[in-house]
Amino acid sequence: MTTTAPQQPPLPELPGWPDGLTRVPYWIFQRDDVYAAEQQRLFRGPHWNYLCLEAELAEPGQFRTSWLGDTPVIVSRGRDGELYAFENRCAHRGALIALEDRGCAMEFTCVYHAWTYSVEGELTGVAFKDGINGKGGMPESFRMAEHWPRKLRLAVLHGLVFGSFDNDVPDLEEYFGEEITDRIERVLGGRTPVVLGRFTQMLPNNWKLYVENVKDSYHASILHLFFTTFELNKLNMRGGIIVSPGGGHHVSYSAIDRSGSDPSAENRGYADQKIRSESGYRLADPSLLDGFDECGDDTTLQILSTFPAFVLQQIQNSVAVRQILPRGPGRTELNWTLLGFEEDTPEQRRVRLKQANLVGSAGYISMEDGCVGGFVQRGVAGAADQAAVLRMGGESAESSESRVTEASVRGFWQAYLAAMGMRSDVSA
Amino acid sequence: MSGTGTHTAGPGTGFEAKLSREQLWRVAMVQAEYARCIDADELERWPDFFAEQCFYTVTTAVNHREGLAAGLIWADTKGMINDRVSALREANIYERHSYRHVLGQPLPSAGQPGDPPDQPRTETSFLVVRIMRDGSTDVFASGRYLDRWTLADGPPKLAERVVVCDSSRIDTLLALPL
Repeated sequence: MTTTAPQQPPLPELPGWPDGLTRVPYWIFQRDDVYAAEQQRLFRGPHWNYLCLEAELAEPGQFRTSWLGDTPVIVSRGRDGELYAFENRCAHRGALIALEDRGCAMEFTCVYHAWTYSVEGELTGVAFKDGINGKGGMPESFRMAEHWPRKLRLAVLHGLVFGSFDNDVPDLEEYFGEEITDRIERVLGGRTPVVLGRFTQMLPNNWKLYVENVKDSYHASILHLFFTTFELNKLNMRGGIIVSPGGGHHVSYSAIDRSGSDPSAENRGYADQKIRSESGYRLADPSLLDGFDECGDDTTLQILSTFPAFVLQQIQNSVAVRQILPRGPGRTELNWTLLGFEEDTPEQRRVRLKQANLVGSAGYISMEDGCVGGFVQRGVAGAADQAAVLRMGGESAESSESRVTEASVRGFWQAYLAAMGMRSDVSA
Repeated sequence: MSGTGTHTAGPGTGFEAKLSREQLWRVAMVQAEYARCIDADELERWPDFFAEQCFYTVTTAVNHREGLAAGLIWADTKGMINDRVSALREANIYERHSYRHVLGQPLPSAGQPGDPPDQPRTETSFLVVRIMRDGSTDVFASGRYLDRWTLADGPPKLAERVVVCDSSRIDTLLALPL
């Protein structure tokens, strides 16, 4: 997928990484120098990072601010109707150009010295450029066209806007591959998303611990006891894991199995493992889960992640995108955007609002993900020389019909090691 | 209480719902009990503060201003409010912690089109401090309760409580209700 670009500074001197993909040394979650290298190689490097929704930029002049990792950027709809993205950094002395999250403007003015930029990101004015009364001002040789904020490459797929600072990154669909692209289309294709809410969750852990959690289908029915406690998995589910060829992208999905197999078999599996008892608890209002077939294919859950740090979820009728932003080695900003669609009936919209209770910082099935990364971050504090074990479902990073596997987590590390240039024997 | 003065929602709002001093005092007392119920970990009593027909949501100031409907928590039946409690008790996993609510005075606020005439609204500021198992104490949330009350029988009950958090950020997770 990628090789280390030649202009990149060398990696800092780092401890060794065990062979294979089954051990993850804990220093990778702790070091400032790793964090800095990630910003450079993953977030400013040859990868596509999610910025925003195209639906948030419907009209010319609409803009929103976002980030490529640490780097603040502005994404806008130009006067010509095209999308533009550029660093949110004045070319003069580096101040933020736009301070609001969203808005509409044909021009941005930096508050510091009133340098102005068009909504397309071109420098259009420099205050007192020609001085006053022939004195002061910029020299003759100053050219505004030489001082634009850095532009991003942009790509839009089914309403999702991705950006990259790197001109060598492959086209977006090639970067994702066909299976992942198809699974994005499955949820978003041919529909017009409507934002139902935006929420930010601050996680007390390294961003990669959250990515591991998203890709970890092994934990889902163990840590998240909401469905099992209330015995909501009445139907046997079929499903599986898709790991993209380079390892970096994944889909975990499950669907109603109408083949008539014994639904109690899976329940017995849980009882055998003493993971839960037969609780007898029931929801007082089970309308929470009175959903509809989201995409007409009986698939009730699809968690999709792309490398390095983006998630598209369909959990029953709760559809959301999650932007994962590292905020230091031990802190992560998780931006949730909950979606409906213009095509929703009022009843469907109500279902989405009810099922939003499943996700986010107060979500019945995702609140645990907010704290478990912190438990790891704190747990490994004195163990930089130790390593996690990832051997569920074998040692490779391949698609599988079983979700009792850590294959997609191994896939992430495969893509990560290759993109970071950390192990010459690993390619993505 | 002496006096028969009523408190209305500011001049010129055009809505008739009024609160007598006594009603306002009863609302303030119920709010104090509500806060104590959560802070004292007596969540089983929390649904009792709501009327049979009720709505409860936790959202952010930005989402509220933009009219975005989704909440961090969103319950349009008392059953859903009860389910929050049983999920916290029986299913969800989180590190032990508690809240301390500090509430402002309930301020009568304007009714909205479609409000039942006998269900006045109030707005109350809150500040919630979260105390973790290890003793660390942080400001967890600040915001406003936008409430609609039934006053007919017995103590005031919440027909609607929209919890508008000032910040869009939640640290780690929101388990206990606000």
